[in-house]
Amino acid sequence: MYLDLDQDLVRRAREVAKEVTDDVQKFIDLRSTDSVERTVARFFDIDGTDSEGAPLPNVIVDNVKKHGGLDRGIAYWIANACVAKSMTPQQVAEAVGRKEFSPVDLAPQNEGIVAQKIDELADAVIKKLENIRNTREKMLNELGDPAQPYIYVIVATGNIYEDVIQAKAAVSEGADVIAVIRSTAQSLLDFIPYGPTTEGYGGTYATQANFKIMRQALNEMAGKVKRYIRLTNYASGLCMPEISAIASMEGLDMLLNDSMYGILFRNINMMRTFVDQYTSRLICAFSHIIINTGEDNYIKTSDPIERAHTVTTSQLINEQFALKAGMEPKYMGIGHAFEIDPDVQNGLLYEISHALLTRELFPNAIPKYMPPTRYMTGNIFKGYAQNTLYNLISIMTGQSIHLLGMLTEAIHTPLVQDRYLAISDAKYVFDNARSLGADITFKKDGFIQKEARQVLTNAVKLLEHVKEIGLMAAIEEGTFADIARKMDEGKGADGVFIKGEDYYNPVVDRMETALKGGKMI
Amino acid sequence: MIPDVDLSHLKPYGDQMNDGVIQLSFTLPVPGGAKAREAAKNFVSSMGLSEIQIVLSEDIGENFTFFVIYAKTTKDIDYSSIKTLEIESPKMSIDEVNGHVMKYLGRQITIVGATIGSDAHTVGLDSILNMKGYHGDSGLERYRMFKVYNLGSQIPPIDLVRKAREVKADVILVSQIVTQRDIHIKQLTELADILDAEKLRDKILLIVGGPRITHELAIELGYDAGFGAGTMPSEVAAYVATEIIKKKL
Repeated sequence: MYLDLDQDLVRRAREVAKEVTDDVQKFIDLRSTDSVERTVARFFDIDGTDSEGAPLPNVIVDNVKKHGGLDRGIAYWIANACVAKSMTPQQVAEAVGRKEFSPVDLAPQNEGIVAQKIDELADAVIKKLENIRNTREKMLNELGDPAQPYIYVIVATGNIYEDVIQAKAAVSEGADVIAVIRSTAQSLLDFIPYGPTTEGYGGTYATQANFKIMRQALNEMAGKVKRYIRLTNYASGLCMPEISAIASMEGLDMLLNDSMYGILFRNINMMRTFVDQYTSRLICAFSHIIINTGEDNYIKTSDPIERAHTVTTSQLINEQFALKAGMEPKYMGIGHAFEIDPDVQNGLLYEISHALLTRELFPNAIPKYMPPTRYMTGNIFKGYAQNTLYNLISIMTGQSIHLLGMLTEAIHTPLVQDRYLAISDAKYVFDNARSLGADITFKKDGFIQKEARQVLTNAVKLLEHVKEIGLMAAIEEGTFADIARKMDEGKGADGVFIKGEDYYNPVVDRMETALKGGKMI
Repeated sequence: MIPDVDLSHLKPYGDQMNDGVIQLSFTLPVPGGAKAREAAKNFVSSMGLSEIQIVLSEDIGENFTFFVIYAKTTKDIDYSSIKTLEIESPKMSIDEVNGHVMKYLGRQITIVGATIGSDAHTVGLDSILNMKGYHGDSGLERYRMFKVYNLGSQIPPIDLVRKAREVKADVILVSQIVTQRDIHIKQLTELADILDAEKLRDKILLIVGGPRITHELAIELGYDAGFGAGTMPSEVAAYVATEIIKKKL
């Protein structure tokens, strides 16, 4: 161990983080959301839109909600309608879209037959997801998993077909992971847009059709470059679990997914986010999708040295929520970032210390390291130098997922050559310093060890405080990122409801059983 | 000014006066090779540049070729005839700004800030408004004589105006980072239109900031000032203090 961390303190940190999340999980288990129910509808193959362009999963869930049946869960209503009308779920949703009937108004069918229908629909999706999981495993075995740190780049043209061109170029230059950044503000839409899209602002809409188009392109490239290429999108915002569902059905490999990001940085209701992140992570855990947590955000606005412990605190909380969803550590892309002001003396030593702390605190996870953005200026030449130092720390401290910095960060979405330059820089540094980390021992009680210890100590202090008052109260008083969010405020609050006595979510139920032998805390 | 510079025939300076050296880099969507190099050369030549040196021509895959090129321009411009719109505000310390506002206005200046429309980026806004500021230059919240409301991101223009009215704002400060397909123009225009319609425009100092914003663009859109990349909070503070005082006198 480089950092010589106090292992008792590490254990204490995890214990407190677990206690902090235990209470929230009890709260989560009692509730569902509109988005969770739409997830079930999507898993039952309901897709497309009504004549006004509203996605059918929204149409059917909103209808059942309006007629007062949602606390039973959408699965029952879909299955009952399928039996009553001898229709598929898609036909049911289309009929509801044409305002022919509400599933709630149909006579209850024979309980046994409806239960059988629910089983049939849920078993089919589980089978489908298992097949997709196996396909990935097979491709990974045949093509080979690239060496870590994975070179991760973003495409963001707004047009999925243009994204494909840029993604292919990036892969042939050496990218291992392609993330299609979403259109600005998609996280605030309470629905997933439908179909392939060619217009977006600051990114491309996440739709199931767009996922499919990019997946196919990357698979073609993977065969060509003889290594598996991972595809990433964003499961944050008001549609967390739904995005996870379409991602799992289209074979995506990574999703940005943070248990608190939406609350703090997008003003999405706290209850909504906590409930949604659970189902969303359950799907990721089941489908072997790597989550990427968003701790970089904490130090984009507040000071990366003074507030380093808030990154650690959030990492520990994210880990516990992921464990509660039955996720294996190897799918936890624990986030952190290189954001210290380049004018700080010994900034590099702080960065090494912080990066290594993440690596050593989460030895079995697959940490995601994020590049400088805050102090990137129009001086692209200096930016290139900053990114080089960032690359060096990443290889030296053994990071797993490496989001490449772009020399034109803060100017525009990356040009094709920006990505090329970034990839060549990363490859140069990674190859040149491949075994540097293995050959370094840091001075006992030196700057780097002391700093890491201090950050961990502060994180435990913060966690103890959060435990004392409760995580939700801590968010209300502005403990994280200096942002205060009230329990019942924020977007999407009206989409949270208490599950009824007869609530049943057959997909979640099957996933919980497969991952952890049922519900657990 | 450098003594032997000819301001009426200004050209770029590489390593000697009037050499006109320009550094370019760009990508052509064609595969690498002799033909691509020739294409790049013709392209640069068509821009009116000569003595073209292609120092890097690299096939970056999927039929793209990246170039780094040095060339010399034969053109020059008349520097002495150029007129620009620049924000005029004195350099002032926090104490000077506070003292000035206290002396000439005798009350706090109320500022409402937000990013509007679909723009979710608060980095710029926060750097100007938050106590912490940017690079050791304190944000407007640090100024005793400013009362700051930071509404955060993705605020509809109509809500921003409502808040400004509610708190009797002297200043509205909007930040726009996302400029893809000129979406910022639409959102900024909408805000200015609402202020006009509500007859608030004259009462409020309307400022926009962002990496792609220029003072000229701001004026064109009907704003009082535009602050571009590299703006420090103290520049905005001095401008706000001076302008509000000017307005009231």
